[in-house]
Amino acid sequence: MPINYFLVLAAFLFCTGAYGVMARRNAVLVLMSVELMLNAVNLNLVAFSTHLQDVSGQVFALFVITIAAAEVGIGLAIVLLIYRNLRSPDLDQVEQLKG
Amino acid sequence: MLDSVWLFPVIPALSFLVILFFGKKLPFKGAEVGIASVGAMFLLACVVAAQWIDKVENAGHGNEKGLAALGHSVVAAAEGSKGGAEVTPIVHGFTWWQNGAAKFVVGTRVDGLVVMMLIVVTTISLLVHVYSTAYMHNDRRYTYYYAALSLFTASMLLLVVSANLLQLLVGWELVGVCSFMLIGHWWEEKPNSNAALKAFLTTRTGDVGLMIGVIVCFFAANSFDIARINAYALSPRADHGLMLVAAVALMFGIMGKSGQFFLHTWLPDAMAGPTPVSALIHAATMVVAGVYLGARVYPVFFNGFSIGTSTFNMMAIVGAVTILIGAALAFVQQDIKKVLAYSTISQLGYMVMALGVGAWSAALFHLFTHAFFKACLFLGAGSISHSATHHSFDMREMGGLRKKMPITFWTFMIATLALAGIFPFAGFWSKDEILATAGQGRYDVFVVVGLVGAVMTAAYMTRCVYLTFFGKYRGHHHPHESSPAITVPLVILAVLSLLAGLLQAVPFNIKKFETWLEPVGGLPNLVHPTFDYRLATISVALASMAIGAMFFFLFKREESGAFKGLTQRSKVAHAGYAFLDNKYYLDDLYEGVIVAGIKGPIARASYWVNQNVIDGVVNAVGRGTTRVGNFTYGVIDRELVDGAVNDIGRETSAAGGGMSKLQSGRVQRYALILLASVGLIGLAVYLVNVV
Repeated sequence: MPINYFLVLAAFLFCTGAYGVMARRNAVLVLMSVELMLNAVNLNLVAFSTHLQDVSGQVFALFVITIAAAEVGIGLAIVLLIYRNLRSPDLDQVEQLKG
Repeated sequence: MLDSVWLFPVIPALSFLVILFFGKKLPFKGAEVGIASVGAMFLLACVVAAQWIDKVENAGHGNEKGLAALGHSVVAAAEGSKGGAEVTPIVHGFTWWQNGAAKFVVGTRVDGLVVMMLIVVTTISLLVHVYSTAYMHNDRRYTYYYAALSLFTASMLLLVVSANLLQLLVGWELVGVCSFMLIGHWWEEKPNSNAALKAFLTTRTGDVGLMIGVIVCFFAANSFDIARINAYALSPRADHGLMLVAAVALMFGIMGKSGQFFLHTWLPDAMAGPTPVSALIHAATMVVAGVYLGARVYPVFFNGFSIGTSTFNMMAIVGAVTILIGAALAFVQQDIKKVLAYSTISQLGYMVMALGVGAWSAALFHLFTHAFFKACLFLGAGSISHSATHHSFDMREMGGLRKKMPITFWTFMIATLALAGIFPFAGFWSKDEILATAGQGRYDVFVVVGLVGAVMTAAYMTRCVYLTFFGKYRGHHHPHESSPAITVPLVILAVLSLLAGLLQAVPFNIKKFETWLEPVGGLPNLVHPTFDYRLATISVALASMAIGAMFFFLFKREESGAFKGLTQRSKVAHAGYAFLDNKYYLDDLYEGVIVAGIKGPIARASYWVNQNVIDGVVNAVGRGTTRVGNFTYGVIDRELVDGAVNDIGRETSAAGGGMSKLQSGRVQRYALILLASVGLIGLAVYLVNVV
């Protein structure tokens, strides 16, 4: 199976994720989009790992999965606090750090 | 003890933490911890000094002397027996971190210079700690004051014992922070916190140069280690251009910290802090950090500025300009602390100029003696404000305190004479050695500057003493002598100002200071002047004349003003007139006819000369100096230097305002910027690699 298939799929997933991160207003959906981007990267890592016969790509992917789990944990906690404080998951309202 | 000098910065640092966290609960609110730790440091410094002196003396005398006193001295003495007194410094250290081939070491170093600085710092710090118990009594932040003093002592000692420039830089900045904390100790008043900021930012400006200098030294010698940098600068493979850049850059650091022209403006403002702080930081220890740095990496300057082979260089010129500018400004101040501050600037100028003309030992000797008499003067000024003028430093509210505060008066007088360089006080020996070295190194211009500076110093200090202690009391309080916690440090410092100079009394063949100081490992060939009787006589005579003329001028001014005292003045004139008259009475007896004709005219002529020519000259000199001082203060200081500093600040602030628009606070906009930047970088990399 040519590696291009995986790369195109990963690029599609990554762009979907990037669009979601920038365009979505709901914080939960933004987090999910981040997840999508991470998984696109994972796909790339695994694909190249198989293609180049080098296991370190898969090791990286495992790391990414672990850290993604932690990130979601913290991210959801932040979203929860934002919701509690602003009564809405809308990210456009979170601009208190304006310089 | 010579192997465990790391204790010096560590113990006061611990004391800082103890005072900060537990100070308020202690019976004396933390002061006892500070005094105990600094007292212990003082004793340790004495032990270190004694062992160092022992080591030097034994090494100097070769093998036949008992060598068993210290393990290290055996080696040193064995080497020394060949080439005279060759004592090796003691260096200890461990690797802090390593980056490739570059190793960063934390370590301590003991040599003559370090031992001298340890003694100065701990002595002054201990006396200031004791003095502060009375001076800062019932202060709103008494405990924090002592915590900051401890931290200051720790950082200064860290700076002193550092074996490499990186560590020295850490101590240097910590000292700056402590200075900021202590100048702004009474920050509730806006001028005080402004002064603290000004001091911090001005010295930081100089520190940029210092950092560049340290980095250049690192890449030149491939090490931060002071010994290796010095060895590199002295070796024939040293790159002269590189050393010149390093020396100029380091010079900026010295100018900032040691208040050299044109970065000196912070020092007078720093008088906003409590007076003991002024004595400790802005006279005796912190401001000499710059001079210490200059002495520490002296070979860099020696090579970079071609000291000894050129007739002038940046270091000497900066020092010389500072001497004159500082002294001129001291004439026009009404605040006694500002007079002393400008005097400090001028004296630091002497030290830097001395380094610039190759008078390494003389510069440090002046640092040593200056620390004692300037601390004494500042603490004396503090004693006056504490007990006589109700926390005012305005000399217009003082006057006539001679009888009311005898101890303060006498100690102040001794320190003033030491500062004016009158024989046999400490300042005489050190100032004279600077002048003698400059004279023998073809630096004639700087000898003249030094002499002019000495005259001005004597004159403005006379003015200061006169306005403070003589005449009539002009304040509205009840002056009385201060408590023992204040007077005892004053007496100790006065005794030191009197005797410290005798450590290096060249005409009596005493060169102890030089012998103990100079084994620092890696110094260029220094000039050791023979005692110049002509120069010494001239400088003392000029200084004495300046004192006399200034005293006379002030006396006349006070008499012609609202104050009385006419009788005194006319008594002097009367005495002179009567003396003349009596003499001519004798003559009259023998040659009555001739004398009868010339007696009146000669007496009248000399009276006229006395009234118009001599007084006129004295008055004109006084008025001229005041005008020069006012000009320098108003135009150069206020407008040029302060203006430049303010403009830089305003521009930075405007630039910051522009950048703040980027900070929208919207997370998604940040994500967009991030992604776009990654895209752009990717594009750039692609273009660079492919096209």
